[in-house]
Amino acid sequence: MGCVESMNYEILMRDGSFKECRDYIRQHFKENIDVQPGFKIFDVHLIGIPPIAIGLDRDFIVFPYTKPCHGTFLLRVEDTKEAARLRSLKK
Amino acid sequence: MTDEPPPSLRSALLVLGCPQVPVQTSIALYLINKLKKSAMVPVVAGNKAANTLLIVADPDRHYLGEVMDLDRAVAMITDKKREFDRCFVFIHNDAGISYAATMGAISTAKIFCLVYGEHYDDLVKQIDFPCTIIPAKAVHNPLPLKKALDEVSPWAA
Repeated sequence: MGCVESMNYEILMRDGSFKECRDYIRQHFKENIDVQPGFKIFDVHLIGIPPIAIGLDRDFIVFPYTKPCHGTFLLRVEDTKEAARLRSLKK
Repeated sequence: MTDEPPPSLRSALLVLGCPQVPVQTSIALYLINKLKKSAMVPVVAGNKAANTLLIVADPDRHYLGEVMDLDRAVAMITDKKREFDRCFVFIHNDAGISYAATMGAISTAKIFCLVYGEHYDDLVKQIDFPCTIIPAKAVHNPLPLKKALDEVSPWAA
């Protein structure tokens, strides 16, 4: 799982489908960006059906995290630098 | 005698899903055998449980070759450190669809989706990216999926 396990994350959704997670991000986070599968966030390459939505809320990042046996989780992680990096991609 | 170098072997990546549906391990070994007989080099990528099921079943590595962690495989393909000619994704849940779509996006390999399990038909409807779908209602008995695989014969040239 890489460094995600060691992060102080909050699970916003579990047992949802990937599409439900993407819809949740778009509906609940005005600030969001679309990325392609394999996009690296923290040290994780994102898995999903393109486009993959990432939500931003101040210094919090909301992104889908998929594992073969557990489906897709929607994680919320606070990281000032990573949030700034993602915002810079929108420009 | 010819001066031409031998053609490089083609490679195939098997992306395993959660091993909770029993047919996966059986069909993976069957597919590996067929690929090797067709002069392809199969590489398996799965989580620890899925990989260990194969490793324990084939202790002398008659079938298995390289086995790697699934996250590592995704990272290596994304970073352009590895590539494969064909990619077989085992799908029996929503996560499987996500992994197949990811492979389709990050890899130049020809994608084959083996869709099985109790709700295989619902999963097939969700696949809207370029790939060859090999579907079968197979949970404990691998023969329906073996038959579907044989009909497509993805190991053929």
